[in-house]
Amino acid sequence: MSVGLFGGYGGRYVPETLIPALDELTSGWEAAKADADFRAELDSLLERYVGRPTPLDEAARFAPTGKRILLKREDLCHTGAHKINNTVGQALLAVRLGKRRVVAETGAGQHGVAAATVCARFGLDCVVHMGAEDMRRQRPNVDRMRLLGAEVRPVEFGTKTLKEATSEAIRDWIANVDMTYYMIGSCVGPHPYPAIVRELQAVIGREAREQVVEKLERLPDAVVACVGGGSNAIGLFAGFLDDRSVRLVGVEAEGAASLVAGRTAVIHGSLSSVLADADGQILDAHSISAGLDYPGVGPEHAYLRDTGRAEYVTATDVEALAAFRSLAATEGILPALEPAHALARALDLDAEVILVGLSGRGDKDLAEVLAH
Amino acid sequence: MAGLETPELAAAAVAGGADSIEIGFPFSDPLADGPAIRRAAERALTAGMGTAACLDCLRRTRARVAVPLVPMTYSALLEAYGWERFASDAELAGAASLIIADLPADERPELRRVQLVAPTSTDERIALAAARTDGWLYLVTLTGTTGARRELSPALEPLVERVRRLTAVPLYAGFGISTPSQAAAAAELTDGVVVGSAALAAAEEGASALERFVASLRAALS
Repeated sequence: MSVGLFGGYGGRYVPETLIPALDELTSGWEAAKADADFRAELDSLLERYVGRPTPLDEAARFAPTGKRILLKREDLCHTGAHKINNTVGQALLAVRLGKRRVVAETGAGQHGVAAATVCARFGLDCVVHMGAEDMRRQRPNVDRMRLLGAEVRPVEFGTKTLKEATSEAIRDWIANVDMTYYMIGSCVGPHPYPAIVRELQAVIGREAREQVVEKLERLPDAVVACVGGGSNAIGLFAGFLDDRSVRLVGVEAEGAASLVAGRTAVIHGSLSSVLADADGQILDAHSISAGLDYPGVGPEHAYLRDTGRAEYVTATDVEALAAFRSLAATEGILPALEPAHALARALDLDAEVILVGLSGRGDKDLAEVLAH
Repeated sequence: MAGLETPELAAAAVAGGADSIEIGFPFSDPLADGPAIRRAAERALTAGMGTAACLDCLRRTRARVAVPLVPMTYSALLEAYGWERFASDAELAGAASLIIADLPADERPELRRVQLVAPTSTDERIALAAARTDGWLYLVTLTGTTGARRELSPALEPLVERVRRLTAVPLYAGFGISTPSQAAAAAELTDGVVVGSAALAAAEEGASALERFVASLRAALS
């Protein structure tokens, strides 16, 4: 693969039909990044519309004795999760490229909501592909998307979750490529998407580093984030990559541990670490949290794992539920089940000062938590 | 799609007038395929058609028919099997070439394969694909996935015009060609047609149904 490589991972494994669109996207993104007006408009939206900067707050009652745990409150963003950092940037890019229609995939629905949100703001048509099983377990987000004017299309085959929704979104893009912008939700997919999403989510890490140094006058020992596709983690890690004393810890769902238990394989246009069999066939992932229920992961995470810059561990459904309840009871915050996995591992991580990415709020998960 | 009945079905297709046979090696997440081929792939995977079984199917089909056989699949299978190892084992098993639906023309030039171009391809990419293709160039007729369509895509004619200006390599049109009249219309513009989903549908009715369907295409092309 000659483009979009993270040490061999990444690339563009897509049908020829999409290559011109990906080339257009790549050059459009390069031009946008270099454009001071684009940058200014994005910063302004992040401030006025998204609500940035998000606070960095200490969870003194949640933290075990002898540990300090700080929470980067992405749950306080407009729409309740970090996903919107990515969608505002990609919406600006879609408009810049002259596209009137946006197609997206969604797992838990947070990216779908964030996509529908910005499409409403920018007057773009929005179609979100979502697995029928995910639609069942994340009902409030389905309702939200529809109220925001998006069309939510159920995907009724395979595992009926994020894997199939992503494939369907890509097929939709292939069929409508001239007028459609594909707004991917995580740092996955063919180049240049992993790079674009990482650069848009890097605002999390930049802010967090500034805030922790201001507040504690030191860097944390470890930065911990949940990893599904990997976007909140790559965004948070991006702020600390050059700080070699800071451990970067990604927490996957035990049943969807692409980095811990996967192998090198191709998924959704990218070579990465994937839950796949020996033939390269992609396997089903299993997690109580829809946002982590993805058998692949962003290629940059596979690279960070291999180089040893980041470490990846897992948490179970049970541990995530327990962490949810604990944060609720000790800090009055209901986390999304996805970052509850990061919270679970933060509690027993061998480190003193830990910064955790609280990537989203748990309103969407109330039914699931109450059912367990 | 590779399966236990492939040798028999291939023989039926050849009896009906097919010049070569594409054999699908199924992949769990085929981005270029519509519902018909996707479902066939799912069934094949459930029936145990992993890479080794597909190569064995290729071998058995090779022993049954004389026409070129071309495995069509996705990068994931080659990545897992080993790119060079797959190419050489496929060749040993009787493959005349390969079609990889999600490997762009500018990647892995050493892997001999039939290249695909689409209505969205730039002239530059068409020239590159034509220079690198193994034997013939696969013209994807429409902006979309595989699957039967009611009309022949209007994007084919302008694509053929552009491609003819750039290369003299034989051109076969495929995706969405499902009836004898569509095949005839496509064949007027190109050197051949590829029929996938519609043939799959006929094959589901059995070998005789497939032979009749292929014969109807052959008649329309004469």
